[in-house]
This record gives sequence, structure tokens and C-alpha cells, in this order.
Amino acid sequence: MTDAISHALSGARAVLEQPDINRALVRISHEILERTKGGENVVLLGIPTRGVHLARRLAAHIKQFEGRSVPVGSLDVTMYRDDLRLRPARALGRTELPADGIDGRTVVLVDDVLYSGRTVRAALDALNDLGRPQAVQLATLVDRGHRELPIRPDYVGKNLPTSKSESVKVYLEENDGRDAVLLLKEEGR
Amino acid sequence: MKRHLISAADLTRDDALLILDTADELAKISERSIKKLPTLRGRTVVNLFFEDSTRTRISFEAAAKRLSADVINFSAKGSSVSKGESLKDTALTLEAMGADAVVIRHGASGAPYRLAGWVRGSVVNAGDGTHEHPTQALLDAFTMRRRLGPLDGRKVTIVGDVLHSRVARSNVLLLATLGAEVTLVAPPTLFPVNVDSWPCEVSYDLDAMLPKSDVVMMLRVQRERMNAAFFPTEREYSRRYGLDRERVARMPDHAIVMHPGPMNRGMEIAAEVADSPRSTIVEQVANGVTARMAVLYLLLGGADLGGEI
Repeated sequence: MTDAISHALSGARAVLEQPDINRALVRISHEILERTKGGENVVLLGIPTRGVHLARRLAAHIKQFEGRSVPVGSLDVTMYRDDLRLRPARALGRTELPADGIDGRTVVLVDDVLYSGRTVRAALDALNDLGRPQAVQLATLVDRGHRELPIRPDYVGKNLPTSKSESVKVYLEENDGRDAVLLLKEEGR
Repeated sequence: MKRHLISAADLTRDDALLILDTADELAKISERSIKKLPTLRGRTVVNLFFEDSTRTRISFEAAAKRLSADVINFSAKGSSVSKGESLKDTALTLEAMGADAVVIRHGASGAPYRLAGWVRGSVVNAGDGTHEHPTQALLDAFTMRRRLGPLDGRKVTIVGDVLHSRVARSNVLLLATLGAEVTLVAPPTLFPVNVDSWPCEVSYDLDAMLPKSDVVMMLRVQRERMNAAFFPTEREYSRRYGLDRERVARMPDHAIVMHPGPMNRGMEIAAEVADSPRSTIVEQVANGVTARMAVLYLLLGGADLGGEI
């Protein structure tokens, strides 16, 4: 939270505020329901840490609109990343699959920011070791472009044109004490 | 974390907790149908075993393979060591073969430390003489934490042949780092002389310790190292320091019984105690693979940190 405030003070631009994020998630929930015939067979898998919070919010919206409880889980992709050797070994996030697993389900991966697409590639590899979903879809709060792999999202909160020297920060109530998406100019890079 | 894992004292509290948290996540891998991660693909782990060992070598091998590393097993029997090759020459040979990590067990205390000065890869101590066995301590701490929760303030009693035990030393050091209160119990002849400098309490009376222990860890009586009369007879040892059903009954209800294996059933631990639900002995073996995966991942999974020891 202090981090968020200091960024705000240094003149970072808020691209989405709390109501915008909420509207985007409401719309994505509706789109998921439309595309999957009312959320049939859907499993929402968030990528830690913020993707998991987003997945839970989507599930809550779906429950509210259709009265259907969609299973939510988390999928840590650290061990599948292709950039592990660029940094010291990092701590693992949590992987928790719903009790019924993912075999034959429509898995919707949920992440906060879609950028190079490498995290999603890692997630697809991880899914491969965990079961055989019937289909895999991708939901992201922000798509900032600059893909390095042939990966595209199925549900997007906001398309945000960025330059590579900028960075996008997502803050969520559950984690950071407030909801916001900030665009930061990185200097000296 | 440091580049090598030679002593449990190398680990700060944060390091130790990172290993245990990582192990917590990795434990789920062994419940999956595909028990493999691609993380260490293309890396080579050499198991260099100068002393007999079944569970530790297999455990390290399984851990490395589950992370997709290539494993080369080297045991002193039937190798050039029996022709008189020195540790250093063996090390340089392995170096030339491109080992990213060397897991070493050696009869001489300090051998892994020497090795670390000769090779570029990470060195993991899998037991050196009567000195240390840090991954055993990690898997023990991991087992305790899974059964009992955080270890701060937990009372751990380690019983038996402390003098010859690398398991005891590593456990004392690691458990002290993690905030547990350790008491060593043994006959006076089976304590090393400098035991007062260890971060633990010392007692000769097992029965007094039992009611206030959360964990009772039995050590193997190492007959192969018993070259002097440390106690009168095995029967007497067993009567005073063996864990039987009666003694287990005096432990608190939540307390667990541990043993690093291999056990001398009927000597330091009664068969019915070893097989009871309070014993974690089989769990410790499974947790060994997980804890070693965590160590290998954290040592080898990231960027090469360069030459620091």
C-alpha cells in the first residue's frame, strides 16, 4: 500500500480506478457466461498472486448473476518459467486445484497483466502436467501488448497501449489495500 | 542462500523457512500422477557416495530426477577410488564432466568443505563422518512442521548416540535457528566433549524429558563406529534409553516419534512404537525427497551466483 501511494505521488498515471476495475470484471464475468453456456464445466485458475484474487472476484460475480458456483483454484507457474536462470531462485507460489480437478473442464486462466505471453506459456505447460482440460481460455485485466509468443487473450479488461520502457502495476484490495491500475514511466532504462 | 549446503549453520532463519515453504509446495508434486517438473532440465547432479547409503542416495536421486536434472551416481566401491584416486582428483574428473551440483557423502568430517573449494558447482553435504547431515535436519524440521505447525518454542528431545551422530548436530543447529528448544539425552559416554557449546540443553534422564516433549527423536546406535565400551550391554542401553510403549504413553498426546533410519528395532526403539501412528518414520522418507527437491531447486534453479562460497 505504501508502495502504491509513493507511486501515486511520483506522478504515475492511474489508468483504471476501483469502479473501472469492477465494471471490467463484471463484463468479463458476463462474457465467460456467454461463451461457456452459463459457466458449464468452467474452472477458474488464477496465476498467483493477483490472478488468484481476480479469479475469486469473477467467481463471485458469476455466482451473483447465475447462481452457479464455479470452482476456483490457483496455478503457480514458477517451476515452468523460461527465465529462471536470469534471476536467483525465487519462492514458489501456491498451486491449488479444485477437488474435482481439471480433466474435461473448460479452464479459464486468470492473470492481472498480459505482456510477453511467457507466463501464459508456462501456465499451459503446467496444465499439461496436471491434467487434460477440454479447453483452455485466458482472461486478463490488462493487455499491454508486446507479445513475444503466439498467445492471445479470450477476455480482456482493458487494452492498454504501452511502450516497453513503461511498466504496469496492478493493485488489488485483497493484496495492496486498494484497487487501481497504474502506468509508470520507468526512467534510466 | 549460499552457494553450497555444507552445514545446517550455513542457513539463516529466512533461508531455512524458504526451503521449508518451498518444500510445502513441492510436496503436492508427489501426489500428482505426473511427478515431474521441467525446472532443472539440462543440469547435471552427481551423487558422490564414499560411504554406504540407501535412503539418502535414492532420495537425492529421486529429488533430482523429479526436477528433470540428469543424475550420475558414483559410489566408491568398484570405482577408481579403490585404485587409490584422491578426493581431489575425483572432484576434478567430475568437474570436467560438467557437474552443476555434487552431492557428497564421505566418511571423513570436512570432506564436503574441501570439495567445495575444488569444484565450480554447488556442493551438498549428504553426511560427512560424525560432522553434519543438513538435508536430514531439513527433512526432520519439515516433518515436524507438517505435524505440529511452526516450530517456535516447540520442545524437541533427541535421544541416543549423539557422539557419533551427524544427524543430531545438524538438527540441533537447524532447530535452534528455527526457534525450537532442543534437549539432547544420552549416557554421559555418548556426548562429545564440547556439547556445552551447542545451542541446546543436555540431560541424562530420558524419563524426565518425556512428559514435556513435543517431539522425541531417536538416534541409531551406530554399532559400526562403536570401537570402545560406551555402555555396558545393549540390553542396559535399551532399558535406560530405548523408546518402548510404556515410555510413549508418558508423552503428551500430540507428541510425535521420529527416527532417521535405519532402525535397530528392539534396541533404541521398540517395533510397536516404530509402527504406531505417532511415529513419522515412513513420512520422513517421503518428506526427504521433497526437502531435497527444495534444496536442489533453490541451489540450482536460479541464476549462477558466481564464485562466492
